Amino acid sequence: MAVDTSQSVAQAAGDDARGRSRGTGKPEGKLKRSVSIHWYAWAMVAPVVVVIGVIIGYPLVRGIYLSLTNATERNVARTIGVNEIPATYEFVGLDNYTDALTGDQFLGTLGWTLVWTVACVSITFTLGLGLANMLNRRIAGRSFYRMLLILPWAVPGFVSVFAWRFLYDERRGLLNTVLAGGGIDAVPWLNDPTMAKLSVIAVNVWLGVPFMMVALLGGLQSIPGELYEAAEMDGATAWQRFRNITMPGLRSVSTTVILLSTIWTFNMFPVIFLLTRGGPGEATQILVTQAYKFSFEISPRDFAQSSTWGVLILVLLMLFAAVYRRVLRKQGEAW
Amino acid sequence: MTTAATTPRAKIRRRGERSPLASFGLHATLIVTSVIAVFPVLWVLLTSLKPAKYANTADFVKETTLANYRQLLEDTEFLAWFANSLIVAALTTVIGVFIAATTGYAVSRFRFPGKRGLMWTLLITQMFPVAVLIVPIYNIMATLGLLNSATGLVITYLTIAVPFCAWMMKGFFDTIPAEIDESGQVDGLTPFGTFWRLILPLAKPGIAVTAFYSFITAWGEVAYASAFLVGDENLTLAGGLQKFVNQYGAQWGLMTAASVLIAIPAGLVFLFAQRHLVTGMSAGAVKG
Repeated sequence: MAVDTSQSVAQAAGDDARGRSRGTGKPEGKLKRSVSIHWYAWAMVAPVVVVIGVIIGYPLVRGIYLSLTNATERNVARTIGVNEIPATYEFVGLDNYTDALTGDQFLGTLGWTLVWTVACVSITFTLGLGLANMLNRRIAGRSFYRMLLILPWAVPGFVSVFAWRFLYDERRGLLNTVLAGGGIDAVPWLNDPTMAKLSVIAVNVWLGVPFMMVALLGGLQSIPGELYEAAEMDGATAWQRFRNITMPGLRSVSTTVILLSTIWTFNMFPVIFLLTRGGPGEATQILVTQAYKFSFEISPRDFAQSSTWGVLILVLLMLFAAVYRRVLRKQGEAW
Repeated sequence: MTTAATTPRAKIRRRGERSPLASFGLHATLIVTSVIAVFPVLWVLLTSLKPAKYANTADFVKETTLANYRQLLEDTEFLAWFANSLIVAALTTVIGVFIAATTGYAVSRFRFPGKRGLMWTLLITQMFPVAVLIVPIYNIMATLGLLNSATGLVITYLTIAVPFCAWMMKGFFDTIPAEIDESGQVDGLTPFGTFWRLILPLAKPGIAVTAFYSFITAWGEVAYASAFLVGDENLTLAGGLQKFVNQYGAQWGLMTAASVLIAIPAGLVFLFAQRHLVTGMSAGAVKG
């Protein structure tokens, strides 16, 4: 079946691969022509487009709709025994958004989520950069260190989080046992609001450093050594070399990993959920875990509010990505 | 550890050399950070080998025994959870990679109307918080009777795996020179033929890494698994471990033994594959 069109498609693909822009035809023949040229590409992306439309697009639309209603566990369609009870929730417009954006809870949680994200990403990036620089030198046992330092990434996240919970245990965990040996009182690692915040950040940094390190190390290794030699000939100091060669050389890698890491941290469900469940009180609750709590941990489950928070999180992240991209573009980074 | 021997030029020799103090500092820092990185994992391993009643002692080794493992395998649903996780993660990976492969290639090679929109969709769907989809998917699955089933969970995980796999494979396809495609076309292959016969074999390592990464993501997923699965034997590992450690108490002996059994296979494959992981991810993102 492909034989008939192979010639024109091959040309089109060849053109495309070389990135040459073609003139557009007259309006009437345009659609037909673009179908005959592009049907291959469209056929290849079709499975993903269909799957995304069905399992992401449709739930997303429903989620946005739910956020405009007052749906809870009590009034959605459900089946009890043999009785099917139809949905009785109502459309309430933007009420949920007004409530969320004017109430203390959303803004308070957002504040801590931002602190958490900025703290985690900046600490992780700094440590990752430092370690990558160390590993980029010629040093005995380099691959051995590298392997050990990557270990936190290799272990499934939820397993590591339980390991930390084990160490943090207030009465009998290892950290407090060791402190007691030194005559220091037990630290309420996960039971005091401030300590709990520091503890969850520490765990997330521990989990995140290996990825940063490996990514930045890859970036460092792609910087040609000649640049450093030349700089040294010209008498540049170590700091100047770092500032003027290493940092620009790492630009594209760092912008990517910072973007990824910010999004991941903002949505980091397992660390908070498994370590503290958002507690003590709501001290460590980030937006994602709080939204989860609305729909699965309180009674009656508040689907509408949960969806509202979910949509707000998505909007915030998209705004962030757009601004980030614009800033990068202004600085000349084509992305 | 002197660098001088390998590099003939005097200039480099001077730069590569360090004072003994600097070397000491470097090694000391690396050793301390390595210990911090390894210790929690090591401690879990050591604890799993102690009798459960000594789980909270500070000794590194105490009456080494495999009792925790025996109890875990015989008295708990661990094997069922393990099987559930394996099935769900494997199905997610196979279906995800299969659906996404051609898209990764098309987006990497062709220009076509709708490409920009598709790229943005792939990128933005990766930003989706669990929170925005979990409620609607939960309600839909409830209507379809797929809650608490592997099928439902696989479909749910595909919402994460498909965009991710397409994005990552685009990154790998980008690293294969376009000249190879052109040579295929010169020889009369259709674009699909080029993809299937020339590019796919070359991209095998990239596909393996993509598959591995989506497997690990499904293997470690917590939120959907916690919300959708109830009952002891239906859980995946992430849900199962929560049974050992909850607000009512903690069975650290079982928890640590389970952790070791979960982490060992994943960790081994990971260390093997990780070199390629970052390449794929950042390549896809940078050149997007």
